[in-house]
Amino acid sequence: MRQLFKFHGGVHPPINKKQSNQSPIAQAALPSRLVVPLYQHIGNRAKPAVEVGQRVLKGQLIGMPEGNLSSAVHAPTSGTITAIDMQQVAHASGMTDLCVTLIPDGLEEWIRREGMNYLAINKADIRFVLRMAGVVGLGGATFPSDQKLRPGKHRIKTVVLNGAECEPYITCDDLLMRERAEQIIRGAEIIRYVLDAEKVLIGIEDNKPEAIAAMRLAANASAAGAGTGTMEVIAVPTVYPGGGAKQLIRVLTGIEVAAGIRSTDMGVQCFNVGTAYSINRAIAHGEPLISRIVTVTGNVGQARNFEVLFGTPANELVAQAQPLPDTNGYLMGGPMMGVRLPSEQVGIIKATNCIIAMSDALFPPPPPALPCIRCTRCADACPAELQPQELYWFAKSKNFDKARKYNLFDCIECGACSYVCPSHIPLVQYYRFAKSEIWDQESNQKAADAARVRHEYHEFREEREKREKAEKLAEREKAAQAAKAKLVEQPVNAVSAQNADPERTIQLKIQTAIENAKQQAATITPKNTEQLTPEQQAQIAAIEARRTHIHELASTSVEANTKE
Amino acid sequence: MLNALLVMLAIAVVLGAVLGFAAIKFRVEGNPMVDKIDAILPQTQCGQCGFPGCKPYATAIANGEADINLCPPGGEEGIHKLADLLGRDFVPYGGDTAPKPKSVAFIDENNCIGCTLCTQACPVDAIAGAAKQMHTIIAAECTGCELCVAPCPVDCISMIPIEETLTTWKWKYPIYALSPVPLS
Repeated sequence: MRQLFKFHGGVHPPINKKQSNQSPIAQAALPSRLVVPLYQHIGNRAKPAVEVGQRVLKGQLIGMPEGNLSSAVHAPTSGTITAIDMQQVAHASGMTDLCVTLIPDGLEEWIRREGMNYLAINKADIRFVLRMAGVVGLGGATFPSDQKLRPGKHRIKTVVLNGAECEPYITCDDLLMRERAEQIIRGAEIIRYVLDAEKVLIGIEDNKPEAIAAMRLAANASAAGAGTGTMEVIAVPTVYPGGGAKQLIRVLTGIEVAAGIRSTDMGVQCFNVGTAYSINRAIAHGEPLISRIVTVTGNVGQARNFEVLFGTPANELVAQAQPLPDTNGYLMGGPMMGVRLPSEQVGIIKATNCIIAMSDALFPPPPPALPCIRCTRCADACPAELQPQELYWFAKSKNFDKARKYNLFDCIECGACSYVCPSHIPLVQYYRFAKSEIWDQESNQKAADAARVRHEYHEFREEREKREKAEKLAEREKAAQAAKAKLVEQPVNAVSAQNADPERTIQLKIQTAIENAKQQAATITPKNTEQLTPEQQAQIAAIEARRTHIHELASTSVEANTKE
Repeated sequence: MLNALLVMLAIAVVLGAVLGFAAIKFRVEGNPMVDKIDAILPQTQCGQCGFPGCKPYATAIANGEADINLCPPGGEEGIHKLADLLGRDFVPYGGDTAPKPKSVAFIDENNCIGCTLCTQACPVDAIAGAAKQMHTIIAAECTGCELCVAPCPVDCISMIPIEETLTTWKWKYPIYALSPVPLS
């Protein structure tokens, strides 16, 4: 039995997972249209790789990754591209972004898929395949997986596979582990191979016994097959947010990832089980990431998990779970960290692990926030060991420097503080506000610094140009004076009163300039006419002959004209 | 009596020498306050404060010749920061200055005649183009100072406010709608 560790704080909200984990994963029906955003991952937006009106196959590249940190986007099914334009996306802001609209033709015609043996290709190629397959972290952060598999400064000794799924209502990882454990393990094996890690620790909360059993079976089979015994499935206590990367790493390995550093600096890299599954699909089956498991639950008659194509409108998906009539909105993600969808029509994206249909009965509007009474219950609950009440004051008074000093950026926005707050203060909203303000200030500061450098260079350049101009002018004047003096000194050249005449000096100057130019022209010999082959010389001779002929013709015709 | 005076005199001379040495040894070139103030200013170099750039304005503030509320691109936040730095009270915008939305210049390339007047006016060299060639703004480097707008003889430069995108979107300050309390 492995020794487990504890992290600070945590809460025990009602888990509400029974509703959706009783039935197996269902394939969601093909929707009437798919609106696939090109910006579904951390990093740069993918560039459209298709045109309006084009027919695409299932799995065909429609968004090309741009820059180092980016990921590809693919057509989730075969059909016709009808638009590439700005449409509302599944984001808290409710803003629009570049999306590809695809009308499915119902044929589900795949591109040519080719699986590979990961042991036979080199690691850089594996990363490239994952990048072009659009594989990103499916735990919610959507960080491109190929970047996480790059060798860094520190060797990764331990890979933590995150199957904790601590957030209430969500069961997509649970069902994935129950039904497709073997493929998750294969994906984990690829991750371990690429990172050259010693072991893989798979953490699953102990409220998912079926998933733990299935994963243990698959891990043992795989470990026996490979003869390595490097996979270990570990049941971790159920406490929210035990599925946070830092928290799970702490529980499994006892390593505390300090403020300002990454887990990779401590030799640990964390992947979601869904990501491992997608990595296996991409490498071993040649299938790009075009769908994921989404839990549809909440105010619905038949809560369950669906395998959903990206871009499926949320309302078409929820319709398959029979939403109750008093549904008044959709939540993407869980009740602790999720965001309310800006509209019911937005498409499912790579980050969508769960859609919860909301109703006033299920999620009553929060009671009005009361003043903070400094009870510090939030500090007791905070898994990042912060002082949420202090951060709240700083964020509220827009004292961002101070908020930063109190490690605001270590906040994982888990919502445990808001959950326990007896005054119902929406603490996380304050932290999100403060974070985005600080980011904005930072980017402004960067822009200002860049502008300062450019302005200083601009001034330096102007100064230099002025100086150079003045120097040139002075030199010219000097030369002119020297020339004048020369003329005066050389009486042989018939210096007379005429020479003092300004017009005469100008003419002299012009003459010297012409002579100079002639001299220069004489000294410059064209380089590309040296070392010519006989054929080229013959060609040149022919051209020259033609040229002289034309000249003669022209002069004779002119002569003829003048004679007439 | 005399001894005491001599001792005091000796101490004074020694301390004076130490101070004099320190003043030479640890001499600070220029006014460090100017740089600190300059770091807060937004570096648009727009001249809306009445000075020919951010640094001159910073110098003027440091010398007590200008108030801290003359910089519209810096926003209220800038005034707050300057007030903090200088230990002064916050003052709202003075004169006819007012904060404007952040914008970038845009050259209508159909109308540009390639006169280079705007490139000469740009304080951060953010306009590419040569004589009799079409000019264009390097949007990433443009500070939105509007200095290029006035010199253009064909009025082909306009200021376009920067729209919020998904990547620049900010979480809003939490506010709650007040619900009326029913009268009993």
